[in-house]
Amino acid sequence: MTVTPFTPIASLLGGALIGLSAVLLMWATGRIAGVSGIAARLFPPYEDGEFAGRLAFVAGLVAAPVLVRLATGGLPEQTIAAGTPVLIVGGLLTGFGSVWGSGCTSGHGVCGLSRLSVRSLVATVTFMAAGMATVFVMRHWS
Amino acid sequence: MAILVQFAIGLIFGLGLIVSGMSNPAKVLNFLDVGGIPAGTWDASLAFVMAGAIAVTFFGFNRVLRLARPFFSARFYVPTRTDIDPRVVVGPAIFGIGWGMAGFCPGPALTALGFGSPSAVIFVAAMFAGMVLARFVSHLPPLTRFVTPADPLET
Repeated sequence: MTVTPFTPIASLLGGALIGLSAVLLMWATGRIAGVSGIAARLFPPYEDGEFAGRLAFVAGLVAAPVLVRLATGGLPEQTIAAGTPVLIVGGLLTGFGSVWGSGCTSGHGVCGLSRLSVRSLVATVTFMAAGMATVFVMRHWS
Repeated sequence: MAILVQFAIGLIFGLGLIVSGMSNPAKVLNFLDVGGIPAGTWDASLAFVMAGAIAVTFFGFNRVLRLARPFFSARFYVPTRTDIDPRVVVGPAIFGIGWGMAGFCPGPALTALGFGSPSAVIFVAAMFAGMVLARFVSHLPPLTRFVTPADPLET
């Protein structure tokens, strides 16, 4: 494993930017900034006419590091330790579970908790606990 | 115009993920690794990301939802369900396992694409497949249809 430094100030500031984005999306489109819901609706069946806006939001997510690289000449560290099989299974479970449970870290964790939704609280506690249990098994049981 | 604004809003989200350090799966996994607390390798940063995001969203939603309507849309689409059904537990449990395996949740995985990492491409492709599968399964007729109706007069 790679040891990472604790970054309370940067993380608080970055979190505030994520919150600002969620507030702006609600102001602009009246919708929750839930990345799993937005990403899943890039694929059929299409239930409304919001495809272009969702694609633009996702394009913004992908463009952020490109912009950072252009502005600063570099990118912060990114360590992806998982090998291909773990990436595939992890990706499938992440995609399936976030859609099955109507949200992920952003939709339930940020927007739902901010709305004091009990459903989102249950979801957030559950995925945090499942994530912690998984890391515990993968790091400490082998 | 609305499209451009949504691109900018996605960009702000992505910048938030990068500034907060959450674009690095190692940081996320070190938060989820509560077994690392005694060893001193636990990284509490993710809790600060959530705190910063929720603080802004809590007050921001409060203000925005008092408006008559959103800027580019006829009405607000705020979730109204309050019931705790099995899916809101089973889904996050499955998602949490995937999150703990690779350290990616959907937002950071998409932003990781812009870092140019081949691993992110593999993860996102699998994530999209999982999302499509979940929506496909959701749209199948429910199995409970075949159970005898609760009210025998109802057919």
